[in-house]
Parts: sequence; C-alpha cells; structure tokens
Amino acid sequence: MSLINLAFKKTKYEKRPALLTYTVAGDNSKKKSLEILRSIANYADICEIGFPHNTPIADGGQIQSSAYRAIKNGIKIKDVFSIVKNFKKSKQAKPVILMGYYNMIYQYGDSNFINICKKVGVDGLIVVDLPYPENKNFAKKCKKKNINFIQLVSPTTSLIRMKKIIRDSHDMVYYISMLSTTGGKLKVSPKKILERYNKIKNLNKNKNVVIGFGITEKTIASLRKADGLVVGSALCKEISKSVEKRQNPVTNVTNIVKRLREKIA
Amino acid sequence: MKLKKKIPLIDQHDKSGFWGGKFGGNYIPETLKKPIEDLTLLFEKLRYDKKFLEQRDYYFKNYIGSPTSLIKLQNLSRHLGGAQIYAKMVSEANGGAHKIYNATVHCLIAKRAGKKYVVGDTGAGYAGKMLSMAAKKFGLKCKIFMGAKDIKRQKPNVDAMKKNGAKVVPVYSGSQTLVDAVSECMRYWVSNCDNTHMCVGSTVGPYIFVKICGWSTAQISRELKLQIQSKFKKIPKKIKLINCVGGGSSAYGFWSEFMDYDKKQIELVGVEAGGPQNSKLHAAPLTNGAKLGILHGAAAYVCQNKEGQINDTASISAGLDYPGVSPIHCFLKDTKRARYTSATDEGALNAYKLVTNLEKINPSLEPCHAFSEAIKIAPKLSKDTIIIVNSCGDAKKDRDILKARLRKVN
Repeated sequence: MSLINLAFKKTKYEKRPALLTYTVAGDNSKKKSLEILRSIANYADICEIGFPHNTPIADGGQIQSSAYRAIKNGIKIKDVFSIVKNFKKSKQAKPVILMGYYNMIYQYGDSNFINICKKVGVDGLIVVDLPYPENKNFAKKCKKKNINFIQLVSPTTSLIRMKKIIRDSHDMVYYISMLSTTGGKLKVSPKKILERYNKIKNLNKNKNVVIGFGITEKTIASLRKADGLVVGSALCKEISKSVEKRQNPVTNVTNIVKRLREKIA
Repeated sequence: MKLKKKIPLIDQHDKSGFWGGKFGGNYIPETLKKPIEDLTLLFEKLRYDKKFLEQRDYYFKNYIGSPTSLIKLQNLSRHLGGAQIYAKMVSEANGGAHKIYNATVHCLIAKRAGKKYVVGDTGAGYAGKMLSMAAKKFGLKCKIFMGAKDIKRQKPNVDAMKKNGAKVVPVYSGSQTLVDAVSECMRYWVSNCDNTHMCVGSTVGPYIFVKICGWSTAQISRELKLQIQSKFKKIPKKIKLINCVGGGSSAYGFWSEFMDYDKKQIELVGVEAGGPQNSKLHAAPLTNGAKLGILHGAAAYVCQNKEGQINDTASISAGLDYPGVSPIHCFLKDTKRARYTSATDEGALNAYKLVTNLEKINPSLEPCHAFSEAIKIAPKLSKDTIIIVNSCGDAKKDRDILKARLRKVN
C-alpha cells in the first residue's frame, strides 16, 4: 500500500480528514524550507512541496510571492530533490507530493524526472498544467514507478469527463473547490462544495478525494467531511509576513498548521 | 514534418492540437478545460456559419476599413537601388494596427457565447486598445492586463483604452511586460471563466486561440493577394514578404494565403526582436534556436534557462518583447517554409529614421524591425524582386520612446 493511501487509512480511523500542507521548496531559503517541512510534518498528514516556476498560470498572489522568493534565492530542481531527500531521512513515513508546472519536468525529461522522484522518496506528483487526457502517458510512467499521479477535478469538469478522470486516477484525487487561482477567497458555500465533492466520491468510494483552494483557518472546519483538505496560500502568506516582520517563519507556520489540525480533530 | 497544401495552416494540427506533432496543444489547468472546449466547439461552428461570416465581413469592411492599401515606397526603393519595396499599410485599419481583426472576431464570438465581459492581455497596447474599442462597439465590459513597464512606455495606447471605458490592470510580477500580462490574464480567466470571454492577443496560448487569431488576421493576405494580382496582372516570380514576429499574429495573417507557393517564388521572412545591441536579452526564440518548452498553454520554442524558467527579454518594441512565439511559426521554421532572423533595437530605430525621412508613412517600432531587414537585403537583390513589408502598426504609440531615443542618436 502506498504511503498516501496509508495516511488516509490512518485519518479515517481517527475519524478526521487528512491535513495536507503546501509550501514552496526554497521559500524563504533552502534551509528554512526544509526546517518548515520537518516542523509542520508533526501536524500535517501529507506534505505537498511546490517546485517554483516563474510563469505560474494558476497560482494566486501568495504562492507567486513564495515562488519568486525561492527562485530569487537560487532554488534549482536538484535542490528541490535534495530537500525531499533530507526531509525523508527524518520523516520516512510522511508522504511527500511534489507539485508544479509541466515545463520544468519537460526540460528535465519525463522519465528522468520520475526516476529521480522515485530515488529521493517522492510519493506523488501534481502537475498543474498537464490535464487529462494529455497526462495519460505521464501518469502511466508514474504508476510504473509506484508514484501517485494526482488528477485534478474542478467545478467546470463535466460528469462524463469526471468519470473518465476518476477511472484513470490513482489513490488520490484533488478537487478544486471553486473557480479561482490558489488562495482566492472562498466564494462558494461549503455546502455546495461538499455536494460536488460527494458526486466525485460516489463515482468511486475507494478514491481519496481532497479539497483545495481557498481553505484557511476560518473555513477548514466547515469542510471536515472530506477525505482530506489542502492548505497552501495561507502558509505561504505567513512566510511572507514572517520575512517582513523579521520573525522566524518556522515557528509561525508551524503554529498555523497546529491550529488547522486542532480545528479538524 | 511537412506542410500540407490546400489546407489552411491553422487547420493542419492533429486531434490534440499539435502542429507537426509537437507545437501547440492544451497545457492548461483543469478549470479551463471546459471553457476552452466550449470555445472550440463554438468557433468551429461559427466559422462555417453564413450569418457569422457575413457579420465578420460587414465589420471588417465598415468598421475596420478593409482593405488597407498596398503602396510602393518609390523613394526608399530608389535610395537602396535594388529590389522594389512595397508596404501593406495595415496600420490604416481602424485603431492603427492589425490587432483589430482578432479583437473584433473575439467580441463577435463573445456575443454569440452570451458572455458579458471580455478580458485580454497586451504588450504594445494595441491588442488592448483594439479589444477595448471592439468591446465598446459591441457592448461588452472590458478588462486589459498590461505589464507595469509597458504601461509606462506605451502611454498613448493606455490612454486610449481608458477612454474606451476599459479597466487597465497593471501587472507587477516578473519582468512586468507582456509575458506577465498574459499569465495574469489567464489567471483571471481561471477565476472568472463562467461569465467572461478571454481574448489572447496573438497567435499564442492554447491552440484554439492560435486558430481564432490566425483566422482573423488572415484577412490581411486575402486582401494582399488580390492587390498583387491587380497591380502585377499575375503573381510576380520573386516576392519576399517581410513581417515582424513577436507572438506572430500579423505575420501569419500576412502570409497565410501564400503558404502553397514555392519559397523560391514567395519567400516568407520573419523578423524577431534582437533587443539592445550587445544584450543577451533577446526576444528571438526562433532566430537564436531556443528550446522547445511550454508557455501559456502551448508547446513552442521558448527563451528559457536549463531548468525551464522563462527568460527575461528586452526589446524597444513592447509588442515583440515576448519570450515565446506562436506554435505555427515554430512549424513554419522547422518545415523551412519561412526564414526567421532578428533586428536589434538600433536597427529598428535606424530603419524608422530612413523610412520616415524618405516616405510619408509612420510605422511603429514593431514593423520597423521588418523594415530593417528589408533595408539590409534590398540593395543586394535584383530590380525585378518585389519586397513587401507589412506595416502593421502606427508609431503614434511610440511617441515618447522615439523622442527620447532619436534625440540621443542625433
């Protein structure tokens, strides 16, 4: 069983949604981003790590700021891999999902990228701009290496399309809560979001469906019926704030994650 | 990789939207899949709809002012003493540039789709100005995304957009130019695709936008073909069609009717932005052999680093200052149907000086890149060679840059 599946099994047993965090590798420095990961992993069930790209077409301001900061600090793909590797040294059982844009993978070479992911201990991949069915080949290559390719479903996805996507998905499916870039204000009621979520769940109960986009300390409890909830921009925002105030982002971000976890306990 | 004959180039893609099996496609977030699919179905229906075509032709003629004229540049030809140089004065189109064709078609589509809002990106400000004009004409609300750097250097067009009632949203991320404006516009569309139509300002972006834009600007070469036939009785033996290339919308429109001719008879020359002399920040992916990459929803040659981060570019002409290029031009490059080269900022400025001294035309800095190439090659060519430059924009918008730079040069 994959570490991702195991994580969901555990949270289901504990009758709560899994908490997924998203932070950008190299934000606000290579060293600090690893420290942040190590620290929040005590409360998060799955850690998503962004590999930053300088023309992100689906990210809002908060994640953009994090990405630009990381790139400015000189983060390279090899650094992202080494962050994952080092993280896994101390947190072997914590699933790691890398998330980013396809051009970075494409330049690296699909197979090459997946092989190194496998080597350093990446458990899953989210590629924002490689939708279904364009991602079929890539997803197959991931599966061969026992890496979860995580399909995305959005409010605009038709039912026919959704069925196909779920059929071809691996252990986890990511539901985008609303029409928005990451970090937008939640403009749809939690009830509506959960209705759509249930539609996906009903197609295949075995798939772990997580909800992301617009989830903060304020909104997380209202969506706790989901298999998992992703918080990203709120954490990136906290890093920006900490940098601005010259505070330690590790403590500040950890405190948020701790509170998020308490809210869905 | 091969070009097909008798099929418009915009239709020579495979099922997934790739030209030559690798340029184009749909590299987009899941949220945009449905709106893009809807747009694709609607466009493929409308382009064969008689009423829609009548509407298009009506507005092209009565609103845009087609056809724009083809004139001989007597003095320039005589001065250079080689090929006969002509200019297709696309800058006569309503608003002063070719961008009006794409903007008008997008607004007509938006109306058919029942959308109330249109959004668009702009570099030089022409795509934005034209979209704001067309939006006003057709009663749509309009928002334009523009890099903060471009807002400063293309003020006349920004003023025009505002006058037309559009909201101009400055983009401060990255290099604050066209590349960032396109990203921000796509992000906005991700969030508002339920009631908003997006117009991509050039033959770039997810492949349906490449097609719509190319279908719109193709009007230029339909006119040109008739004009050449009536001027020369038949198509001359040696023609060179020279056009600047940023995203590549005017070049595609200028060339589309002539694809099937042998390149020995009609050579297609694209001129990219070489940037400031001695600078490495070129916006010339085709000339400089940039690698294939994914930018703004499509695979094409892109100025980028080893890691796949998109490079900053620099050019005196905001309209060409873009690290990517149309998948269609990548296809034309690899099939060798078109030849691509670049001109520097200084080359474009010198061309501007020479052309405006000798002729009564006022081409913007974008087509001045094309004029620069024409000036370079004309003296070496025989007198029976015909060079036609697409003078696709008017220099009014470049007022401030020209003032500053030409004073310095003089």
